[in-house]
Amino acid sequence: MPRVAAPLAPGPALEPEAKLAFVEFLLTSIDVQESARRAVDWLVAHAPVTEAAVLVAEGQANEMLLVAEHGISTGAIIDFALSRDDSAHPLIAALNSASPVYIEDLPAHHRGPLSARAFHAIPLRAEAQEPGMGLLLVASLARELDAESQWIGRTLGKQVSRLLGRQLLAETRFGQERMLLYSIINAVTDPILLTDTEGKLIIANSHAEKLFAAPEEASEGWRRAAGLNNMLFSAALSTSAVGMTELARRELLLVDPLEGSDLLFELLSSRAKDERQGTYVVSILRNITDLARAKEEIEESYRTLRVAQAEVRDERHRLDLIIDSVADPILVTDQEGDIVLMNTPAERLFNAPGIDDELALRRVRANGANLTSFVSNVLTRSGEQRYRGEIQLADPVTGRPLPVEALAGTILSEQGELMWVVTILHDLTEAIEKARLYEQLKQASVELERKVQEATAELADQNELLRRQHIALEQASALKSQFLANMSHEFRTPLNAILGYTHMLLNNVTGQVSEPQRKSLSRIDSNARHLLALINDILDITRIEAGRMPLNATTFGVGELFDEVQAELEPIIKRSNLAVATKVRGSVPMLKTDRQKVKQIVLNLLSNALKFTPAGSVTMTAWYDARSKQVEIAVKDTGVGIPPEDQAKVFEDFRQLDSSPARGYGGTGLGLSICRRLAHVLGGTIELESVPAKGSTFTLRLPAKARRR
Amino acid sequence: MTAKPRERQLVLVVEDYQDAREMYAAYLQFSGFDVAEAQNGVEAVEKTTELLPDIVLMDLALPRMDGWEATRRLKADPRTRHIPIVALTGHALAGHAEGAREAGCDAFVTKPCLPDALVAEIRRLLDRHAPKDDNGQDRPQPRTSGKRS
Repeated sequence: MPRVAAPLAPGPALEPEAKLAFVEFLLTSIDVQESARRAVDWLVAHAPVTEAAVLVAEGQANEMLLVAEHGISTGAIIDFALSRDDSAHPLIAALNSASPVYIEDLPAHHRGPLSARAFHAIPLRAEAQEPGMGLLLVASLARELDAESQWIGRTLGKQVSRLLGRQLLAETRFGQERMLLYSIINAVTDPILLTDTEGKLIIANSHAEKLFAAPEEASEGWRRAAGLNNMLFSAALSTSAVGMTELARRELLLVDPLEGSDLLFELLSSRAKDERQGTYVVSILRNITDLARAKEEIEESYRTLRVAQAEVRDERHRLDLIIDSVADPILVTDQEGDIVLMNTPAERLFNAPGIDDELALRRVRANGANLTSFVSNVLTRSGEQRYRGEIQLADPVTGRPLPVEALAGTILSEQGELMWVVTILHDLTEAIEKARLYEQLKQASVELERKVQEATAELADQNELLRRQHIALEQASALKSQFLANMSHEFRTPLNAILGYTHMLLNNVTGQVSEPQRKSLSRIDSNARHLLALINDILDITRIEAGRMPLNATTFGVGELFDEVQAELEPIIKRSNLAVATKVRGSVPMLKTDRQKVKQIVLNLLSNALKFTPAGSVTMTAWYDARSKQVEIAVKDTGVGIPPEDQAKVFEDFRQLDSSPARGYGGTGLGLSICRRLAHVLGGTIELESVPAKGSTFTLRLPAKARRR
Repeated sequence: MTAKPRERQLVLVVEDYQDAREMYAAYLQFSGFDVAEAQNGVEAVEKTTELLPDIVLMDLALPRMDGWEATRRLKADPRTRHIPIVALTGHALAGHAEGAREAGCDAFVTKPCLPDALVAEIRRLLDRHAPKDDNGQDRPQPRTSGKRS
């Protein structure tokens, strides 16, 4: 609905106030058409009216003029014609009726402006007895006329009656024409505006209103967009040359108030001079957003095309460089077999530029012929993408044979036709040489492997031999041990008898023996005992050496061991008149080792000390070395001592420093040797410190927990 | 116990080596024991069953039946089970003592063993066994008194 931009239609006010506002307007208005239009607007705003129209007749004029409408098409407005003389027309009948008439099913030849088939026709007049001066037509399905329409009918009737008395028909007629104009410009899809020279809106069609006027209930965004558009539009008008009367054309970027997107318009504005009211500017905006977008797209694709072209050129250049930089000859041949492209290495073989030697040229031709036959092979094998073959070429300059591997690929057109054959040649000279060398290497490797196998077999034989020897040795060793064990037994049986009978004689079992006899028997006894000690010691050594000295680990304290050793040697200690003491320094943990063997060592060391100490003392001391986790047992005497040069020898077999037959110390000379061996079996050591004539200290060091050496 | 009380205690010496056997026999008699002799394991079992000696001195290496087997048989026989047996061996190798103990020997003596040492061991065993035999109590645990020179 076209309307003057300002003032805008009243908002949804309270009913009495809205009515009051409308009545106030009517009082100030002197224009029938304006009044009628406001009446229709009011009705549309306050009643559920889809179609409405106001028809007016002035004075004696016969023609009924359509001065205001709502919902009526432009065509219907143009077509509408009704004469007051046409008294048969239901509308004319209604005009003269005293009260509103409900008309249904108007006959075709009595057409009205409304498209609705049922409507109320309300005669417009000031008083009931006056003839109707106009009609308010309100489309309605209800027979009962609603209160709003009645009120508007009454109010508008008074207004029309009041104004028509003064107004000229011409003006009314002009009003109808103006309305037609509104309808026409509304039908134009381009926004059309009539503004003053500052851009202030006077008339706008509905499309322009959408852009430049925001209704009251519009969102903040819409209102702001409309404001912005107004500013942009004013700016566009003011930048156009002032005073220009010709058609001005420029682009104007506006905002779509509903979508928020940019809309590009071509603004056509021209000035219109009205003698009465000054200069106006008529502007038509043509939406060229899509056009601009299309143009941009075209420009973009053009740019893309240019870039692509440049890239293709670069690519081509790069490809040329790459192809030339490849050491292997590369050739491209067409479907006829003619060379269309080749790189520098290929040229050397198939073109030989700058060479006019007849022989070289002949080689070049031969090379070409060989290549051609290869390529023709490729061409006949259509369907295969790759083809591999070997070609015999020759170096054009030197004539050196050049076996090459040729790898060909076909390039097909989009239609699948064979376009080109790309062939890469690879010098096989090196590969052939490598293969030859590889073959040699392989043979050498086979030979080496054979030798290794031989050596391995030999080694296995040797190992087997060694293993057998080892078994034989073990058997021999076991036999030796068994033999010695048996021998020891065989020795002991007669020795047992010798000792026993001597003993019996000495004990006078067989009668009293004389003193000289006793002396001789004592010699027999002591020698027999010495022999027995020797046999026992040899047996011990044999068993240790044969590894047949099993470890029998038990847990015991070193203190009790000292007591036991001391008790066992008690008779000798008594006889020796030496001060024998035992000491356990600090906390010594329980030993977990072969008690019997430790005892044998300590016994031996103590009896040695007693044996070689004429006077003074013998001390046995034990302590624990936490760092080495060893229990140390020292047997210290104040005896004869051992000279440094002999200290290592005392641990050797059959060693007593005084080796004269008349030695006064007794013993087999195997004791220390056995001690050291036993200490080793227990994982320990024996050390000696000695000063001649001052004494000796033998120190046994044993792990607190025995581990086999 | 069918054996009548004896004035002197009877020792059965089982030893195949005559010199040794006779030596021990002579010394035992000298020391106040009655002595019976056996030369092999079979004879040892027979004589023990027959004579029911107070103690048996048993060499382990014997012909026909070795000392271990003879000991096992005597210890399996309820009639002779109570009689203490002292094993006597020339082999000092480990294992002999265990074997003897397993067979049921009450004591173990290594040769050479001087007659008086042997007599002392016999007396020790008899002292331990004598008062308990009549009560029919279990014998005490066998104990080894091995000696090494």
